[in-house]
Amino acid sequence: MIEEALVSRVLGAALQTGGDFAEVFVEDKRSSSGRLDDGKIEELGSGRDRGAGIRVVVGETTGFAHTADLSEPGLLAAAEAASAAARGGGGGVRTVELTRADTTSQPVGSRPEEVAKATKVALLQRADEVARSQGGAIKQVSASYGDSRRRILVANSEGLLASDDQTRTLFVVGVVASGDTGMQTGRRSIGHTMGFELFDRYQVEDLAREAAEQALTKLRARPAPSGALPVVIGKGGGGVLFHEACGHGLEADHIQKNVSVFAGRVGQLVASPLVTIVDDGTIANEWGTFAIDDEGTPAQRNVLIEDGVLTDYMWDHLRAAKEGRPRSGNGRRQSYKHLPMVRMTNTVLANGDTDPADIVADTPNGVYVAHLGGGQVNTATGDFVFGMTEAYLIEDGKITEPLREGNLIGNGPKVLEMIDAVGNDFEMGPPGTCGKDGQGVPVGDGVPTLRVTSLTVGGTAA
Amino acid sequence: MATEELLEIGDRIVALAQGDEQVEVVVGRSTSTEVRVYEGDVEQLASATSAGIGVRVISGNRQGFAYAGSLDADVLADTLAEARDNATFATPDEWLGLAEPDGVAVPSLDLYREGLGAVSTEAKIDLAVALEKAVKAADRRITGIDAADYADDVSEGAVVTTTGIRAPSRETSCYVSVSCVAQDGDDTQTGFGFSVGRLPDELDIEVAAADASRRATRLLGATQPRSGRTTVVLDPYVTAQFLGIIGSTLSGEAVLKGRSLFADRLGEEVAAAAFTLVDDATNPLAYSSSETDGEGLASRRNVLIDAGRLNMFVHNAYTARRSGTTSTANAVRGFSSTPAVGCRALSLAPGTKLQPELLADVGEGVLISSVSGLHSGVNPVSGDFSTGAEGLRIGGGTLGEPLREFTIASTLQRMLADVAAVGADLEWLPMRAAGVSLVVHDVTLSGS
Repeated sequence: MIEEALVSRVLGAALQTGGDFAEVFVEDKRSSSGRLDDGKIEELGSGRDRGAGIRVVVGETTGFAHTADLSEPGLLAAAEAASAAARGGGGGVRTVELTRADTTSQPVGSRPEEVAKATKVALLQRADEVARSQGGAIKQVSASYGDSRRRILVANSEGLLASDDQTRTLFVVGVVASGDTGMQTGRRSIGHTMGFELFDRYQVEDLAREAAEQALTKLRARPAPSGALPVVIGKGGGGVLFHEACGHGLEADHIQKNVSVFAGRVGQLVASPLVTIVDDGTIANEWGTFAIDDEGTPAQRNVLIEDGVLTDYMWDHLRAAKEGRPRSGNGRRQSYKHLPMVRMTNTVLANGDTDPADIVADTPNGVYVAHLGGGQVNTATGDFVFGMTEAYLIEDGKITEPLREGNLIGNGPKVLEMIDAVGNDFEMGPPGTCGKDGQGVPVGDGVPTLRVTSLTVGGTAA
Repeated sequence: MATEELLEIGDRIVALAQGDEQVEVVVGRSTSTEVRVYEGDVEQLASATSAGIGVRVISGNRQGFAYAGSLDADVLADTLAEARDNATFATPDEWLGLAEPDGVAVPSLDLYREGLGAVSTEAKIDLAVALEKAVKAADRRITGIDAADYADDVSEGAVVTTTGIRAPSRETSCYVSVSCVAQDGDDTQTGFGFSVGRLPDELDIEVAAADASRRATRLLGATQPRSGRTTVVLDPYVTAQFLGIIGSTLSGEAVLKGRSLFADRLGEEVAAAAFTLVDDATNPLAYSSSETDGEGLASRRNVLIDAGRLNMFVHNAYTARRSGTTSTANAVRGFSSTPAVGCRALSLAPGTKLQPELLADVGEGVLISSVSGLHSGVNPVSGDFSTGAEGLRIGGGTLGEPLREFTIASTLQRMLADVAAVGADLEWLPMRAAGVSLVVHDVTLSGS
């Protein structure tokens, strides 16, 4: 994207007033999207974002500047701004020798930018037709397609030079159904770090049918219960539970500032022994997968909780350097305009050995959550919520009536201890965007079927 | 003047329109500084300028769009070409068309301050340092400051179209914000505070610090309440979030596409009589005020719900044309997207009583000091409303013990009908709505 010698000169300029560490992050991202709504292809869009972010660390201070101007004067100006911001105390010219790291980007079978726009449009139209054909109660359908190719290059004053080429493809269907009880919605999405071969693996017709069925089912939904109940969470879509219940609390930036309930607890039993949680940026083609993180560290598989015992946190460059320990490949940023921080990749609960059917059958009454919405956590208190977008009552060990939407609330450390069954049917869930401190990054999650002995269900029924 | 430069970029691209093409160019540029302080020292300092352009082309009743995060000449030409190509794949729609000048005078809101450029970086850092210090000093139970930030932004933009729109905009804004941790024994709670303005000397460090400290310490010792039906008093910050959701149900786009709860209710009573909801981006007190909307039309005052009666929906040029009405100047967008429809500066007509008087009237209930999971537990299409909440018990008309780890649930329709009173404590917040205390009867609280 830019020549090595120039990167080296820019790093030198960034360190000219001193500094413990300097980094250049270059990004060139192209995206294309299509949106169908109300029976019409409303819009095709294209986007281009290209620029560089430069940071300089002096002691505890990070200076940062970014520029969309990748010419030598543009980059040098940004390097000077970052260096001035870090307020280094002298230093003189330094030369940085760069060594290119070997990285292997996720393979792309069919480059989305080479696929005809008409082919993408046809996918949207097929999704619309299939969703509408599911019944007269289907009143509205929207579908969107998106692909992006993000090429990054990271170089730093430790001599690292690494690059990655990340292609992601996404498809979403949303449906509105209307009945005697008002309107209900259904939604399905798929997204992977891969090219247009996504649509060899998944059929948009299936997504459309499932989204329509979800909306139609919810037309029969009764108000969700109110109060503490056993909750069974279905495979796949339940990963957001762990993302919120403990994932954010295991990010080293929260730990170092002592705003996490998990600070100081490595080696301790923090969860039911049935719980093993892994953050894994290497799972082939998943939404949160990459070759290198946005600081040039190779993606890793990191075991966070093993058989209930807290084994490690997640680390980026800054927080790992402070502890004098290796990074874990969790330094990520939304774009070249942002500083990296500790972020999850694909966060999963490992398989247990219980038959999922037995988990439901062993639950006399409770709630079965088939699909979760987003969630939110306060890492300092551990209190978190997550939404249920498709849920059912469990009565006498059987899944019965569909429930209207609502949030569930719990406390992370308490909920981890209250997991009393983990199924053997692990599945990854739909693609997610994790928001933290104003930055969004793509993340994946996945779980087998599991049960929490008690969560507060935020419905309106007595 | 820099904004003139942006208008000229728009003029140049618009001049390239061919045949029946309508072309709209949105150009934006901003310069920002962000400071984060930790334990008295600068932890992060970022400064940057970014710019970009979005081009919308409508030709043969088809629309295409492209954007780029750069104003380089070659990129500008590519962006127009991409938008044109994208248009050829869209479904023809007779209602498509850019906004046209409608004779409404553009208000003069004085949103730009020359002085921001003259404020030194050191002075900005000092504000964040002072805020961190003030929070620490506010209460001995404050044990940590997660982040104390100062940020400012000078942004300018232009919308230029072949239909005769040529709208410049320019504003400055700045804020300080802080989040803190309070501890008492084994118990931990968090709080946040902020202050916003157009120049650093408008920022109130003491208020931001006091808010953060009060939010964190007043929840210490909180327990989970028992489930049941109750009256809630929403703190102003929570009400502002609630209004944002109500606003989204009044979008003309949601109505046209069958996604609005209120589609068939125009002219009907949809809320209690105490509820008058106004969207007015011409109010210079609003954080999100601006002279024109995302399509370059003059901002205007729209009364959406008048004493409980649904008065109007909000529109951009497209949804207005298709609905047989005129744009209400509610196009919202950045340069990287086409104009959506949205409320821009919502507020409730305030009542006559401050929060303590409202609490006295309520007698028994719960004050909701914050909510979580608004994006996951509220469905603006079905109206289902369920959020995580924290707050304080109201007993004998005054505030009692702190409560946590519970949810409040109802439906948007019922909550509007169950509004019992609006407070007199209107305050503009850094979002597209103003806060005010709001009393809502008969909400389901789920706890233990």
